[in-house]
Amino acid sequence: MDANAPASPSISLIELSPWDLSLASLLVLLLAGLSWRLRLGVERRVLIAAARSAVQLSLVGLVLKLLFAQTSLPLIGLMALVMLSVAGFEVMQRQTRRFGGPWGYGIGAVSMFLSSFSVTLLALTVVIGVEPWYQPQYLIPLLGMLLGNTMSGVAIALDNLTRHAWESRGQIEARLLAGQDWEQAIEHIRREALRSGLIPIINAMGTAGLVSLPGLMTGQILAGSPPMEAAKYQLLIMFLIAAGTGFGSMVAVWMGSRRLFDERQRLRLDRLTQAG
Amino acid sequence: MAGLRLDGLAHRTLAPVDLALDAGERVFVSGPSGSGKSLLLRAIADLDPHRGEVWLGAEPRSRMTPPVWRRRVGLLPAESFWWAETVGAHLPASQTSGPDSGYVNDWLAKLGFAPDVLDWSVTRLSTGERQRLALVRRLAQRPEALLLDEATANLDPVNRDRVETLVETYRHEQEAAVLWVSHDPEQRRRLGGRAFVIGDGRLEPET
Repeated sequence: MDANAPASPSISLIELSPWDLSLASLLVLLLAGLSWRLRLGVERRVLIAAARSAVQLSLVGLVLKLLFAQTSLPLIGLMALVMLSVAGFEVMQRQTRRFGGPWGYGIGAVSMFLSSFSVTLLALTVVIGVEPWYQPQYLIPLLGMLLGNTMSGVAIALDNLTRHAWESRGQIEARLLAGQDWEQAIEHIRREALRSGLIPIINAMGTAGLVSLPGLMTGQILAGSPPMEAAKYQLLIMFLIAAGTGFGSMVAVWMGSRRLFDERQRLRLDRLTQAG
Repeated sequence: MAGLRLDGLAHRTLAPVDLALDAGERVFVSGPSGSGKSLLLRAIADLDPHRGEVWLGAEPRSRMTPPVWRRRVGLLPAESFWWAETVGAHLPASQTSGPDSGYVNDWLAKLGFAPDVLDWSVTRLSTGERQRLALVRRLAQRPEALLLDEATANLDPVNRDRVETLVETYRHEQEAAVLWVSHDPEQRRRLGGRAFVIGDGRLEPET
């Protein structure tokens, strides 16, 4: 089909100079100034977040440069582990009522590990067919996209589960007293939690390309890829993200709801601790 | 039918309790608020972690799955919670239609309800109606022992008498052991039987 397409003008990547970036950062400063002026009280957080993103992205750029030059499996594994542990921490941070002890961290981290890593692996070996499969140019961005989205899904789903279990204590125990087992007693809350974790990616797929160009496609187009290739990659990523988020939320909600009950099927809200 | 026996049952604020109820016996428990009466009933129904064993006749609770235990030893909490849209959806399906529905309709009539109350939306119910219907809901699972937590606390005298009569009828007909938490001394005197008080973290006979 490329034969009929007009020869695309050679688009090449325009390198950004530090000057370009500082121009863009002026906008953030302006936003912070406005926030101060209007007493929104978020100027500190805007500036800190912007500074964090600058430092983190520069560091990641450096690290990736190093990784791409080596293609060493242990180093890539280490990087993946760091990404996972930060995501696990982030999921825990976003819980209003989180599980006490190692579970608070473990449920999020394990479910993200199971879903993101297996979906990434599948994509690398079967779908894209990268050789060797751990080639960092493919593995790290893919895993990052998956982890980032799965993280949101898992965080929302778990937060929903624990918050509603807390609020519906009376109903859940009434079901237990009526002789229902723990899975029946938490069924409606579980379903709601799972749905809430899946809504963002469903919405993203539904409006993809109509409202905004998704991030990966934008990046590829800016970097000079043909739009159709960019669209195909975006589609692939969206499918992977949908699967990863869905499976991750399911595992998290299953483990979380199991943990809400003990071996005598008692509702154990004392296993939750309130954050902040 | 079988008696109910508490064997060294203890929770956070209650010293171990040994108490045996014969089949068909009613025993009252009272005590100041916060003394742990409700927690005692919750422990028997196995809703909270606690120590001790409970026997239904010759069967220990630990040998039964929790859903079976909670069906056979029915706890009626002081506040009733409803999870479905209509009243009827909270009852076992076998009790609202088929040969057994006669019982439920009879109980509803004894508490002053028409059978169509089963189709009512739960949100329509007043507190008192909820409390009475919660009793029907509990009886519909045919418990062999009943744990009542302030079953008549929010009711006017007419409905209080209706509930008392229904519980007594069920107790006699099914020979069910009934452990009744009640703060109302009038009620305890009126109905009679053994009565206990929880004070200072222990269960003692009422004097």
